[in-house]
Amino acid sequence: MDRFSWSNGLLEINETLVIQQRGVRLYDGDDKAKLDVGVALLSTHRLIWRDNWCHSMPLSQILLFEEQAAGIGKSAKIVIHLQATPANKEPGPYQHSKYSFIKLSFKEHGQIEFYRRLTEEMTRKRWENTPASQPIPIGTGSQAGRTRAVGIVGIERKIEEKRKETDKNISEAFEDLSKLMVKAKEMVELSRSIANKIKDKQFGLRSYLLSMGIADPVTRETHGSGTHYHMQLAKQLDDMLQAPLEERGGMMALTEVYCLVNRARGMELLSPEDLVNACKMFESLKLPLRLRVFDSGVMVVQLQSHSEEEMIASALDNVSDKGSLTAEEFAKLLGLSVLLSKERLLLAEKMGHLCRDDSVEGLRFYPNLF
Amino acid sequence: MSFEWPWQYSFPPFFTLQPNVDTRQKQLAAWCSLALSYCRHHKLYTLDVMEAQESPVFNNKKIERKLSMEAIQVVFEELRKKGNLDWLDKNKSRCLVMWRRPEEWGKLIHQWVSKIGMVNSVFTLYELSNGDDTEGEEFHGLEDWMLLRSLQALQADGKAEIITMDDGKGVKFF
Repeated sequence: MDRFSWSNGLLEINETLVIQQRGVRLYDGDDKAKLDVGVALLSTHRLIWRDNWCHSMPLSQILLFEEQAAGIGKSAKIVIHLQATPANKEPGPYQHSKYSFIKLSFKEHGQIEFYRRLTEEMTRKRWENTPASQPIPIGTGSQAGRTRAVGIVGIERKIEEKRKETDKNISEAFEDLSKLMVKAKEMVELSRSIANKIKDKQFGLRSYLLSMGIADPVTRETHGSGTHYHMQLAKQLDDMLQAPLEERGGMMALTEVYCLVNRARGMELLSPEDLVNACKMFESLKLPLRLRVFDSGVMVVQLQSHSEEEMIASALDNVSDKGSLTAEEFAKLLGLSVLLSKERLLLAEKMGHLCRDDSVEGLRFYPNLF
Repeated sequence: MSFEWPWQYSFPPFFTLQPNVDTRQKQLAAWCSLALSYCRHHKLYTLDVMEAQESPVFNNKKIERKLSMEAIQVVFEELRKKGNLDWLDKNKSRCLVMWRRPEEWGKLIHQWVSKIGMVNSVFTLYELSNGDDTEGEEFHGLEDWMLLRSLQALQADGKAEIITMDDGKGVKFF
């Protein structure tokens, strides 16, 4: 444990986060470290552990590592054997230790993925390619190592460089899914900048780009958990769902919303509970959306302006027109999902506008002539 | 004269028990009316439930729809509640269909008796249902059990008295 140094927890230039796992306890050799359970983070350069304070260790210090399976009453562990301490090591939580190995105990699991990533990083040894330098505060300073540019030629060269970099990013990102995860943040930035450039001229493209990634997704870490989080989430949902709802006639099943939202977020996915809780806040936040539960238990999000009475009246017209309709036929006619079209027909039946014909041929709805 | 089916008979939803309560009420009313008029037309007084499922009343082959056994039971129960049906056995496999209720028959018979001025006379049951005098009356040919119930209804009303004689029953009208 004496290989760790105090850290401010910031990632350095060229250093990227690979994986993080909470619920990890550190062991100095075989002894439990005098620390609580915290979050273990693996970057391209270091192994970081964070709780109330933060310390890290360069990956170059790792000699070898192995998995230790869970036992009765014992969590699974990764045992990491370390090289000798370098002379210029910064101070850390332990002055010295009699052990030259540590253990990470995964109290909330996640060891398999962590081990896999650690293996990958130790194989690739990315810290050797891009030596980490001091972190630079956001917003100021230029980046070292770029081509110096003078005059028109310089500007042209910079643009060309930027284009190549973008190209490289895109091809690299699609090479490997795990690489994509790392590149995702950059991709999101890219799509946002492109979207800004196009602005509202090409509306379709912009909405597709936005559906690929939202910058700054509202996460529990940024906004905390609980009602405040759900409130922010509700507002974000309102922004996101206006266009898709218009397209789908003002109503979407909650499962469709869940898929749409999480596909857009990429990382930091929403749990179903969070989605439902956020949707419940629509009314109190005076947002123009509503969460609605049908008798059958199906939940939908609909535009407040959407009038179900109109829908039912039009449903009666449709059915009368065609004599009779099944849920599938009705869905096809309106471009709704079968689930929602069935709900609408059932509602019309409940209101007495339609009656049903249930036979071996299936369930059909007729205008209620009784 | 052939039986005239009501419009509902060709309407497929008619053969599905409707979940909507209001719709169901109307549907059942139509079914009761159809069952009764069919029985009246064919002078059916009893129904066997198993046979009923295959009978044209509950089974429209033209539109390939028929009432489920469950639905038939619901219709029969509705008829029973209205006084038009009586179960002959505990298992509810056979029933009496009274497309005219005993009270209604009783009234008809009493009207006829009054009309011919035979109040206070005694009639045998046979005379009433099969006698020459009653030919042309609606209750002519009425089955015994139905006739008896009708007279019992009149008796309850104080308009008749059933008398047991040596070779059967008779009735005196007031």
